[in-house]
Parts: sequence; structure tokens; C-alpha cells
Amino acid sequence: MSPQDDKAKEVSADGAAGPIILFFIIGLAASLVFGWVIFPKLLYSQKKQPLDFNHILHVEAVEEGCESCHFFREDGSFSGIPKLAQCVECHEDVQGEDPNEVKFVEEYVTNGREVPWLVYARQPDCVFFSHAAHVKKAEMDCGTCHGHIGESEHSRVYEENRITGYSRDIWGKNISGLKEHTWERMKMDDCAECHATKELKTDVETLPWPINWLPRPYEKQSGNQARVKTVKEACFVCHK
Amino acid sequence: MKIGRRSFLSFVIGGAAGTAISPLPWKLTDDSSIWSQNWPWTPVPPDGEYSQVNSICTLCPGGCGITVRKVDNRAVKIEGMKGHPVNDGGICVMGLSGLQLLYGPTRVKTPLKRVGKRGEGKWEKISWNEAISEVTEKLAEIRAQGEPHTVGSIVNSDRGTVPNLFRRFLTAYGSPNYMTMPSMQDSYNMTMQLMQGVTAQVGFDAENADYILSFGSGIIDGWGSPVRMFKANSAWKVDGKKVVQIEPRLSNTAAKSDEWIPIKPGTEAALALGIANVVIMESLYDKENIDSQFGFDAFKELVLNGYSVEKVSNITGIKSATIVSLAKNFAQASNPLAICGKGQGSTPGSLNEFVAVHALNALVGNINKNGGVWALSDTDYIKWPEFDLDSIAENGMQKERIDGAGSEYPHAKSLLNRLPEVINSGDGFLEAIFVADANPLYSMPDSKAIKEAFDSIPFIVSFSSYMDETASNADLILPNHVYLERYEDVPTPVGLQKNIIGLAKPVVKPQFNTKNVGDSLILIAKALGGSVANAFPWDSYDACLEETLGSKWDLLEENRFWSDSNSKVVTGEFNFYPDAMKSLTNFSPVSIEGSTISFPLVLIPYDSIRLANGYIGNPPFVIKTVEDTVLKGKTACVEINPKSAKEFGLTEGRSAILHTPRGKAKVKIHLYEGIMPGLVALARGLGHTAYDKYLTDKGCNLNELIGMTEDPVSGLDAAWGIRARLTKV
Repeated sequence: MSPQDDKAKEVSADGAAGPIILFFIIGLAASLVFGWVIFPKLLYSQKKQPLDFNHILHVEAVEEGCESCHFFREDGSFSGIPKLAQCVECHEDVQGEDPNEVKFVEEYVTNGREVPWLVYARQPDCVFFSHAAHVKKAEMDCGTCHGHIGESEHSRVYEENRITGYSRDIWGKNISGLKEHTWERMKMDDCAECHATKELKTDVETLPWPINWLPRPYEKQSGNQARVKTVKEACFVCHK
Repeated sequence: MKIGRRSFLSFVIGGAAGTAISPLPWKLTDDSSIWSQNWPWTPVPPDGEYSQVNSICTLCPGGCGITVRKVDNRAVKIEGMKGHPVNDGGICVMGLSGLQLLYGPTRVKTPLKRVGKRGEGKWEKISWNEAISEVTEKLAEIRAQGEPHTVGSIVNSDRGTVPNLFRRFLTAYGSPNYMTMPSMQDSYNMTMQLMQGVTAQVGFDAENADYILSFGSGIIDGWGSPVRMFKANSAWKVDGKKVVQIEPRLSNTAAKSDEWIPIKPGTEAALALGIANVVIMESLYDKENIDSQFGFDAFKELVLNGYSVEKVSNITGIKSATIVSLAKNFAQASNPLAICGKGQGSTPGSLNEFVAVHALNALVGNINKNGGVWALSDTDYIKWPEFDLDSIAENGMQKERIDGAGSEYPHAKSLLNRLPEVINSGDGFLEAIFVADANPLYSMPDSKAIKEAFDSIPFIVSFSSYMDETASNADLILPNHVYLERYEDVPTPVGLQKNIIGLAKPVVKPQFNTKNVGDSLILIAKALGGSVANAFPWDSYDACLEETLGSKWDLLEENRFWSDSNSKVVTGEFNFYPDAMKSLTNFSPVSIEGSTISFPLVLIPYDSIRLANGYIGNPPFVIKTVEDTVLKGKTACVEINPKSAKEFGLTEGRSAILHTPRGKAKVKIHLYEGIMPGLVALARGLGHTAYDKYLTDKGCNLNELIGMTEDPVSGLDAAWGIRARLTKV
């Protein structure tokens, strides 16, 4: 190599270092902005509930709290979002002047149509979840998983994941997947948080609903004892 | 500043680094995995409120109780009803798949009127009013011509309210031509009549029997009430009770029996009498009671003269020692039971065989005894008001039946098997025919002849829920609700030894624009007016049913079944030697069609629990359970003994043409050690040309290959096979 070539290389190296770092930073910053800010906006579509529902108003009017409308059926299964028939028990006619109430009675009650509520907590079909085991037996509070929905005056915007079709509530509002409270996320890991650690023991025979409502590993326990801690082969408890 | 290659690379690297520490790749990975679980074609049933509805399955005459699980208004699972006296929680593969008959593609969704040629499949949707008036106009026209007896009907059985409504309708209208699909029950009923002098349903106390001699009855292939027989068979195994299966082919029943005795087909009656011979010779029966019974001397003479062990051994191909040991074991068992009715009992068979087998039961004294054969008087709950016939109806009812039942064959009630011959030979004709709960164009032997007969009937009305062979050849279809959508009474199941009534109830609302056949009939009667309308005082079928069941209704609504606590056993004087037995003096097996020269083999049918062969066709789930030794791709397999196969140069899996005097079909060869040399066996229940794409064109219909042989006494079809030939292709 000639001395002239050496010199040329030196010059070129000195002159290019700045832009290279700059472009690295630009690329880094752009992708961070895209990943953290723009991507979530693109990923979720915003949907409005068919009616704006006021939980506070309803909780005040009923006697048994959440279970007045979200009740357990006789066989121990959970009714979930009320069917029209339940609403009609009180809302056969328009009460008050709220436009939502008018819309509800005119569009749904009169026509006998079910309200197509968007379910924030809907899990994939392969997930088996027994409300009875959690609420009745483990005496968990609805809010542990569902948050303070009972204290809301308006229905939140339902954010639907454009790829999966599920609500944003499952992954959680925080796109990083981190959460502050138990109800902010409903992925499998969040179930596992309790199930991996809790050693709660219950007496199977005293359960008020049919035994076949309990997932299989519970039945497998020796004696009358059951536990919630996930054990080997426990996948099929929830993934039927 | 110059943006070069390096800057660009640096930008990309920065972007990649940034992306890696943003949630984007991780979230997308998670989402895409969930997305892949939710393809739009992955069926995801909607969630809802669970409930269970009890009802009765009417897919076969088994009368099992079922429990249907529902999510909201949708039925999602059928299970056996726990505590039901027939099946106590058990269910068969067909019953399990019943939802496919409810929601599947084979349903007729609205009344249809044919617009193209018959069988062409061109239909016009019409309203129920139009459909009813179409039928009424035609019937009124036939009546006005004074020809009411030229209207006939075919239903599945003659028990229960729907068949009785048909009978009542035809009587009021003026026609004696009420016909039912034949089965072994016809032969058993006739046997009861001839040997015990009673009108009774036969019941088998299978659960209490300890030695079961089955003359080809497919105990676990769908004979009798199938789930009940499965359970009885399992119990026999547990308790160490003996089952002997006598048939030329190693069926599932034979394979699970304690002893399988291959017999030359068609010689079963001779074996029964050969066994009787040993029992009498060795005095293994209750001489004191039996010797004095009516006709026993003649029977004894017949058996001793004509059915020595050696002779029977020659006739049947069974070793003498085997016959002797069979007879001894049978007679010395505490509760022996002999049963007949081949396969599922869907063909009546030779009356000789029934009479001989029943005599065997009587000989060991098990008539109306624990573990024996019971003669039950049917629960007489259908008591409808008398009605008057007008002069047209009276004239019509005085005419002889077209099928010769009651006249030419005095013991028979219905001889549908004779209809094709009578019509095709020009000896009789029908102007119109109603078909309900039956598919004669598929399930009657010699189906080509019956198709030809139907072709000459100007007006065919089908009440089928499904587009079956008969419906697709009809002029008008008035679709019935399927069994999960309607109320219906279910009389005592075939072969049960106690009387029960079941009540099927709607599990779901009718899915389509269909109507209960009972309602259709009531509407037609009312529209015809006059004395026909007067015979139908009910507003609806449900009202008729509730009134008929009277005080039992509430209990039936609650339990779905009503057990007759005093099931009445009818006893008449037993006759060991009815006229029907005279033809046994010189034994000759029921002859089958075809010459031995051009048809060196013999084709015999066989039944499988996985193949429905009556009105109901196999739903998709069930057809999937058929083994590939029965149906390979779209071709049916025939079983043949390797020895015979070698003779004709046939090898496993090879295609061949099966010829019989009645027709031919493409088949595949399946070599099977479990079938007697010289025989070819083909499963019943294949070769549908109608229903849905899951069933149609799969294999060949045995009934197109087999003919009919009229039993000289009963007039019923006694054919057990047909001569056949296999040629290579």
C-alpha cells in the first residue's frame, strides 16, 4: 500500500464517524417512537359500546352489589353480562330522560334484541375459567380481576386488537405488558401469578355446587384437600 | 454531509436496536400466535346458559332415554339418560350423532312441490297452506271417483299415535291399504299368534337368561333395543353366562360370544329342530308338563322322524357332537333363551325358523318365565272415540288389501314386500301413497322393483324430514319435524320384557318451516271435511297426544317414561305344532334366487351398529366410524373366504364386479377367514343415492342386489341371501 492511500483512509474515517452515530441515533429514536407510541395506536381500533352504561347508578339501585346482575346460575355457572330478559325486569318502559335509556328500550327491549355488548374481559374459547371457584370458594373480590368497573359512570372505549380481535384489557393498557394492579392485565401469566404461589387449601366436599364443576387436578387431590397451586399436568385445568 | 452506505447501515442498525427494545416485536409475536388460533374457519361455539333436556331417542325402535345438553337455545351434546329403564345412561354411536340430523344439511326445510321429472331434484318451495290443499284436492278427486281404496300409506311401524293416526285417516277416508315397514317383529307377532294364540309383543328377559342361543341375531350389532342388548351382553360376560352365536359369518356378536357355530345359511330351523330332537331323545325336558301340551305329540313325531342329529348335521354342516353338546347345554341351563331374527332384525325372515326356535324355548319351559320369552299385551293407551264411515269409506274398506294381507295371507297384517309385484304385474294399482318415517325406496329388498312400482303411482307424498331416496322421488314433501323438535309417544321398545311408554319432547324449537306429521294429517283430514274430518276431533297433534296419554301425561312430562307396573303377560294354550310347522316335515332351506351355474357364490347381507339401514341414514360422524374393510374410499368391500377367493383368482383389495340376478355393483375384495367358503358378505346401509354429500354414493346398496322370497305361510320376505358371482375388473 502506498503512503498516499493511507492518508486518504484516515481522512475518510475522520469525516464519517459523526454521521454514522447520528444516523444510528435517528434510527433508534424513530423505531422507539414507532414501537412505543405509534404502534399501539395502529394496533387497536376504538369501538364504542352500543349503549353508555352507568354502573354507579345501577349498583346504588340494586341490593346485592355486582351479583344482582352478574349472578351465578343454579348449576354454579356464571351468567356474565346480563341478558335482555334480566334488564327488562326493571326496564320494560323508559325510565328517566337519558337518551341511552330511550335508545335501549326502543331499539332493544321493544324489538326483543339482545344488546351486543363488547366484553372487555372475553378470553379465547380454549380458556376454561370457573367464576364459582374463584368468587364463591376462594372468596375473591370481583375487582381483583375486573378492577373498579362497578364504580364507572360511563362505558369505556373498547379497544379491539386488530390482529387477535380481543380487547386491549387482556394485554393491558400499558403496551410494555407491565402493570401496577392485579386487574390491569388478564394474560395467562397474570393467572399464574396467584396460582404459582398460593397454597390455599379448600375442602372439596363442602362445595355448594356440583363437584364436576371443579377442574380435574382438584379432583385428583388425595383426600378431601384441594389446592390452587398449579402442578404438573395442570395445563388442562384452564385449557380444555 | 454526505449520506453514504455506512450512514444508511447505521440508521438500520439503530432502528433494529430501537425496535428490539420497543414492545413491537414481542407484542406482534404474541398477537400473531393468538391470531393463528382464531382462523375464521375454526368453529368457536358461542357461550351461553347451559341446560339439559331429557327426551326419548326415536332414531330406531330401541326407545332409549336421552339427555341433551344445551347452550342457550342450541343443542350441543346428546347423552344417554341416567336411570332410564332401557339404556340407563348408555347410548349408541347413532344416538350420539343425532345433532347432525338436526342441524345437518340433509333436512327438508320447507314444503316442496316437484317441478321437474321425478327424482330430478327440481323443487318449488310452497307454503303449508298450498301443500295441504294440494294433497286435499288430489284426495278429494280420488274419493269423488269412488276409488278411496287406491290410496295407501307406508309408515315405520304400527305402534304409537302417529301410525295409528295414519290408520285412522285411511279408514275414515276409505282405504284398507295401511302398510308398515317389515321387520322381525312381524314374524315374532305371527309366531305368538300361531303358537300361543295371543296378540302379543315378544319380550326377552335377556338380563336374567344364563345361556343364550342366538340364531344369527346381532346382539351387539343392533338387534332389538341396541343399547339394552349391549348392556345385557356386558353383564353376561361379567357373570360368566354363555352366549352361543349361530351364523355363517364371524360377526362382531360372534366374535364376542363364547362359542361361534358357523352354519349353512338358511338351515337354522333344521338346527333348532335337531336340538329339540336331542332334548326329547335324552329326556332333558320337563316331561310332566310338556308331554301333555297341545300339539306336542305331533311336534315330537316331526322332530324324531325328520331331524335326527345325523340328518341335521348333514343339512346344517355342523358336527353331530356339536349339536348334541349344544342341546345338552341349552336344556340343562337354568334360564336358557333362544332368539332369532338375523342381524338387526330388519327383515322378517322365514316363519319356519321363528316357529322352530320358539318351540325350542317352549320345550325348555321358558315361556313367560324368568330369563325367558315373554308374551306381553301391548299397553293399550290409544283409546280414541269411535267414528262413523260414510258410504264411500264403507265401500272402500270392503275392498281387499292390495298386498294380500288378511286375505291371501290370513295371518299377515301388512305385506309391503308384495306391493312391487302386485303393482308391476298389473294386478293392482294405487292412485296415491303417503310415506312417513320410512324410506322404502332404499330399505326394501329389491329396491329396483319397488322403485318401478312407485313410478307407476301417480301421486307420492313424503312426510320425510330428510331428502332421502323416497322423498327425492316424491311429488310433494310435507317435512316432519325431526325427533328433537317434536312431541311423540314411544311405545315399548322392541324385545323389552316390560311395558314402558316414552314421551319424546322438543329439545329445541323447529329449526325450519316444518310441521309435525300428525298435524299435517289432522289438517288434511279437516280440509277433506265430512266424516273424515269428524274422525279427527283434535285441534293439533300435541292436543291429541296429551288427550291420548291422559293421566300419564304429567308423569311422562316429568320423567319422560312411564313403566307399566303390572305389565300384562298374556297366556294362551301353547301349540307346539301350528300349521306353519307342517312344511317342515321335509326340510328344505328357503330357496334363494339364481342358478348355481351362472352364480357360483351366495351373497349374504350383514348388519353393523355403525351402519344405519332404515329410514335414517348415517350422519357424517357415524359414516366416519365405518372400517376400511367395509367401505374403502367410495367403494364397498365384500368379504370372501381366502379359499373361495383363490378359486376365482381374487386377491385382497382388488376391484371386482358383484353380479346377482337382481343387479350388479362395483366392489372391492376383502379376504376374511371369518366367513364360510362359498359365501360373499356385503354390509347393509351403504350405497345411498340421496341424503347429503357425506352419505351419498358411498358403496352399493345391498337391497338393489337382493330379491324377495315370499314365505309360504306368512307372505313376508324370507330371503336370507341371493346367488352371486364375482368378476375381476
